[in-house]
Amino acid sequence: MYKYNDFDEAFVRERVAQFSAQVSRRVDGSLTEDEFRPLRLMNGLYLQLHAYMLRVAIPYGTLNSRQMRALALIADTWDKGYGHFTTRQNIQFNWPKLTDVPAILSALADVQMHAIQTSGNTIRNVTADHFAGAAADEITDPRPIAELLRQWSTDHPEFQFLPRKFKIAITGSPHDRAVTKAHDIGLRMVTNDAGETGFEVIVGGGLGRTPLIGHVVRAFLPEADLLPYVEAVLSVYNLLGRRDNKYKARIKITLHETGAAELTRMIEDRFAELKPTFSGADQHLLADIRAAFATPVFKTAPTKAHDALRASDPVYRSWADTNLAPHRNPDYAIVQVSLKAPGATPGDASSDQMRTLADLAQFWGHDELRISHEQNVILPHVHKGDLPAVHAILKKAGLATANIGLISDIIACPGMDYCALATARSIPVAQQIAQHFDALDLEHEVGEIKIKISGCINACGHHHVGHIGILGLDRAGVENYQITLGGDATESAAIGEKAGPGFAYDEVVPAIDRLIRAYLTLRLEPTETFLTAYRRLGPAPFKAALYPEERDRDAA
Amino acid sequence: MSRFTPKVVTANALLEGDVVYFTEDGRWSRHHTEAELIEDEAHAQLRLLDASAQRNVVVGAYLADAKAGPRGPEPVHFREAFRTRGPSNYAHGKQEDPQNV
Repeated sequence: MYKYNDFDEAFVRERVAQFSAQVSRRVDGSLTEDEFRPLRLMNGLYLQLHAYMLRVAIPYGTLNSRQMRALALIADTWDKGYGHFTTRQNIQFNWPKLTDVPAILSALADVQMHAIQTSGNTIRNVTADHFAGAAADEITDPRPIAELLRQWSTDHPEFQFLPRKFKIAITGSPHDRAVTKAHDIGLRMVTNDAGETGFEVIVGGGLGRTPLIGHVVRAFLPEADLLPYVEAVLSVYNLLGRRDNKYKARIKITLHETGAAELTRMIEDRFAELKPTFSGADQHLLADIRAAFATPVFKTAPTKAHDALRASDPVYRSWADTNLAPHRNPDYAIVQVSLKAPGATPGDASSDQMRTLADLAQFWGHDELRISHEQNVILPHVHKGDLPAVHAILKKAGLATANIGLISDIIACPGMDYCALATARSIPVAQQIAQHFDALDLEHEVGEIKIKISGCINACGHHHVGHIGILGLDRAGVENYQITLGGDATESAAIGEKAGPGFAYDEVVPAIDRLIRAYLTLRLEPTETFLTAYRRLGPAPFKAALYPEERDRDAA
Repeated sequence: MSRFTPKVVTANALLEGDVVYFTEDGRWSRHHTEAELIEDEAHAQLRLLDASAQRNVVVGAYLADAKAGPRGPEPVHFREAFRTRGPSNYAHGKQEDPQNV
């Protein structure tokens, strides 16, 4: 894992000192809220519905055990004993007091973490495939590039006042687990005909009020050109991006207003100017960073404990079959730890659970943890012989729910339970759907399905790319939920289509129930997933299930 | 002419971020029922100015629709109702103190 050098350390400490002084000046009245607000946002501090909220970056979703324990300590000391993992690989603390935030930032700095650029019109936390460095299907670990981008973008003077926020995601696998097509820049590692690795550069994707799938501006970018190319994209956007209208300020709108061909030409021209100014220092730095991400030394040991327990214990088998993913080393597995026990708040972990996860990573997981954009925790390197022990401990901590990729593994934003921007709640909708299908014991039969819920049009809950998307709105002072169908967050990305009129708060679970029962009837065989069935049949039979009154009326 | 919907002045406390309401005697209360229920539009604007002047005590003062209730003013919109209680997934925020519910 990357370790801060003296420069990083001094920079983060200096920022903590600056922010401490800014908080003091706000409290003694020397700074007005208008003056203070941009300063606190630069350091990830929002004012939400009931309290302040501190958003802490987990760069490319990677944590070690010491960092996870520090998050638990912060939750216990300055918050209410838990943290919320988000769809952008951040953790949010929902209850800090303003005057405690400098101490929290200092505690984060002790473990090489910070909240810098988790808000504001800057380049945000660079997110990555949560299986990076472990996945069987990966070309190479994308995290060294993500770390290079983090260092380059942090406090980059040219990109501190962009027209709008800017999100970059990266994956080293052809199978996209990082939603690269719905980011301002998506980087997908590919191999060319000569066998060299490079990147497919996707620009102008994004969700929110104008959901768009990104456009490929470069099909193959040699790895060594990555930084000047990304800088060229940012540079063109910084100049063209609209500052007159917040809702038209993202690069996806720039791309559509300028035209993909023209924008691509401008990026290539700027790249041609910038490339010679890169002396190669970035490549030296990248080589050093790479060394820090060296593959762990995997052990050779028997794996039969796993096979034996899988054969004899149905609970363990269900967990293993649902929550494990293939590791590049066949004796190892990627363990996905669900933060979605039925009735739990998606993405929330208590401080005790964080410490349990830290212990597991330290003793059985080569000291590595990942946070997925799907709001779960990953132990990327666990030897199969150790899986029974890991499972037993997870079970004790309430962390062994076998539902990864199933109907109760729901992405949900904080919604109106916390967020000042929300127009409706998301968390209780997620809880009720999960509990409903758990009570029916139906979710393994339903199989792979992604439900994603946002509490407002900004789409932090990625509802547009959910197989079933749910968007909470305020319709004349009442919560109302719009359902979209057929979205996809992977390499075959698609924006879901609005099914029809919205549903009242207490009509959402029955509507989802009708939809799922229709799918179970319509599918050709149990292996045909909801999304595949939707693609085969189109929306009509699913809409008919959602709106039976309309179907009955048409038939009459 | 449309009738003026009664209002309360509400904000978040600077130090804790907790939801607060402006009272008739110019204090900030943590309880919606203690807010001044403002029934006149011109008075509402004046009270919002008074409240916003306390810029080292609160953040983001605004007028929210309210109605009279047996114990004092009550929220009208669901967002404001959530602000009087706290989130629905945990008994955190104002609802931690049963007196507030």
